[in-house]
Amino acid sequence: MLTPGRYFLAGNIAAAEAALIAGCRFYAGYPITPSSELMEHMAKRMPEENGVFIQMEDELSAISAIIGAAWTGKKAMTATSGPGFSLMQENIGYAAMTETPIVIVDVMRGGPSTGQPTIVAQGDVLQSRFGSHGDYETIVLAPNSVQELFDLTIRAFNLASIFRNPVIVLSDAELAHMVEKIEVAQKYDIVEFNQVEVDLVPSFVPLGYGFKVAVTGLTHNFKGYPITNDVKVHRELVTRLVDKIIKNEPTISDVEIINPEAETIIVSYGISSRAAYPIIKDNKDVGLFRPRTLWPFPESKFKEIVKGKRVIILEMNLRGYAIEVERVGRKYGGKDFETIHIIGGEVPKPSHIEEVL
Amino acid sequence: MEFFDFYRKDRWPHQFCPGCGLGTIMNCLYKAFNDLNIDIDKTVFVSGIGCTGRVPGYINADSLHTTHGRAIAFATGIKLSRPDLNVIVISGDGDLFAIGGNHIIHAARRNIDLKVIAVNNANYGLTGGQMAPTTPYNMITTTTPYGQREYPFALAELIAAAGANYVARWTTAHPNQLVKSIKEAMQTKGFSFIEVISQCPVNFGRRNKMGDPVFHLRWIKDHSVPISKMTFDINSPYDIVDLNTKGIYIIGDLVKRNRSPYGEIEKEIEVKGPQE
Ligand SMILES: Cc1ncc(C[n+]2csc(CCOP(=O)(O)OP(=O)(O)O)c2C)c(N)n1
Ligand SMILES: [Mg+2]
Repeated sequence: MLTPGRYFLAGNIAAAEAALIAGCRFYAGYPITPSSELMEHMAKRMPEENGVFIQMEDELSAISAIIGAAWTGKKAMTATSGPGFSLMQENIGYAAMTETPIVIVDVMRGGPSTGQPTIVAQGDVLQSRFGSHGDYETIVLAPNSVQELFDLTIRAFNLASIFRNPVIVLSDAELAHMVEKIEVAQKYDIVEFNQVEVDLVPSFVPLGYGFKVAVTGLTHNFKGYPITNDVKVHRELVTRLVDKIIKNEPTISDVEIINPEAETIIVSYGISSRAAYPIIKDNKDVGLFRPRTLWPFPESKFKEIVKGKRVIILEMNLRGYAIEVERVGRKYGGKDFETIHIIGGEVPKPSHIEEVL
Repeated sequence: MEFFDFYRKDRWPHQFCPGCGLGTIMNCLYKAFNDLNIDIDKTVFVSGIGCTGRVPGYINADSLHTTHGRAIAFATGIKLSRPDLNVIVISGDGDLFAIGGNHIIHAARRNIDLKVIAVNNANYGLTGGQMAPTTPYNMITTTTPYGQREYPFALAELIAAAGANYVARWTTAHPNQLVKSIKEAMQTKGFSFIEVISQCPVNFGRRNKMGDPVFHLRWIKDHSVPISKMTFDINSPYDIVDLNTKGIYIIGDLVKRNRSPYGEIEKEIEVKGPQE
């Protein structure tokens, strides 16, 4: 395990090491650019930490295997990129329905389809939240540096344990491959299953201890028995699954806010948001609202600052987070909404923002 | 073990159609567990989606009812994290060999220590009787209204070729042999696979003049050929693929190997190749 101190690491490696610190002892994956180094690092490191590593036959089985492992009480993860993330969607819904704590690192690349395999993008922001069918919630984290990727990967495991829910870390081709200095702290708070009690989250009883656990993706009662044609059972179950995340949004959400008094606020996240810092540094009239938790949408924090503001949304897709920023922003009195959408692999520069200012 | 030590009493009655073969298969499992005195609290049953996929839910053990086709992959995660548990997959022919076909051949190749029971009822029972990759030639299903015009898979032979340690095929007309085979599978380390040919009078039989379960069962029995009668000689008139196409099933143990299971392949494997 990384000992406290300073390191110079690529994002993919930092994420893998953070997972190990968080207690991850099961990794299943399928290689895909730009996430492969994370998997390769796990192949080397898992045996050293007495964990399990397996290369599966595809992403469908990779996510299936980590859900199976999680049900034995292991902290489990996989990493992938767009095409693989698409294949995982059905079982992300299964993990939400069965309240299985898992972590997925999605290293975003240009899509749709095979798109730009080696090139950065932020096209999976809506998919990470809405990709599977039916009503469910995910927790999605968006780091903008290698340090944050490291810290948020640890947090992802903690959130998965607390809320018994899939948690997705949205990395990207840039973060994954760039090498930055990171500081590994003396101590991290690591949350084990059932350690924290949260309203609406039932305790987690793993397989293999004689408790005769029943798990199904069908609509089920509190025993896990399928009950598929009862209005009340379905309503109560799915409403609780959604509420356990949405009602806890104020404690889950985490944002960086700079110059909250400014008239113009830039909303950006992940690698894109780095273009905003030079602008707001010497301009008190422009502020930054940067969600580190994209989903659930940090409504409790956004409503505090958006009233009467001009909002500029900067992201690397044509239609993404801006939809929700504008919807929530208008609800709380935001005035103007402008968007800067940059695709193709060009990382946003301060000049992109200046053009709009 | 009493009957209701093995079954979840509070899930009774079950939802299977009258005459369904799954009852026989479940009772064979119960008998094998009882005979071997297997600790049911150290056993996890995993299934995909389908009528067969509902079986684990009725057994009084840990059960994971997963998504369509992925049971083997979920089971892989369980087995690798808890090697001390018996992990049994019981699922349908469509689930394991159509949508999930990739996972089962890879699990067999890895020789992972799973016990798999594939229920071959020649169709998709749960969804109302569509064609499965096992439907014999000319048979009628809701998606082959003019008769099946594809060649079916020989499931057991496929898994034997993929590298499993134990492979057998039995039918619901051979319950005693099936019990013995399940016991053999439970006692074999590595990937163990039993294909069970089963009647589905309501969704498959009815459309093929076998709506009567007894008749359907007799048809299965009459179409079973013991493996001892087979000659695997290039000039033999019996070709596995052709027999299977006609719905003639070779029954018995197909493979018993002793390859190291996944996780224990430490030594370099000695491969016997052609003489140089
Ligand atoms: C992804 C997906 N596709 C399709 C279905 C619908 N479906 C449910 S069970 C099934 C086939 C079941 O056939 P089989 O595995 O042979 O099981 P049986 O009912 O015959 O035991 C299908 C197509 C589904 N649940 N999920
Ligand atoms: Mg079937």
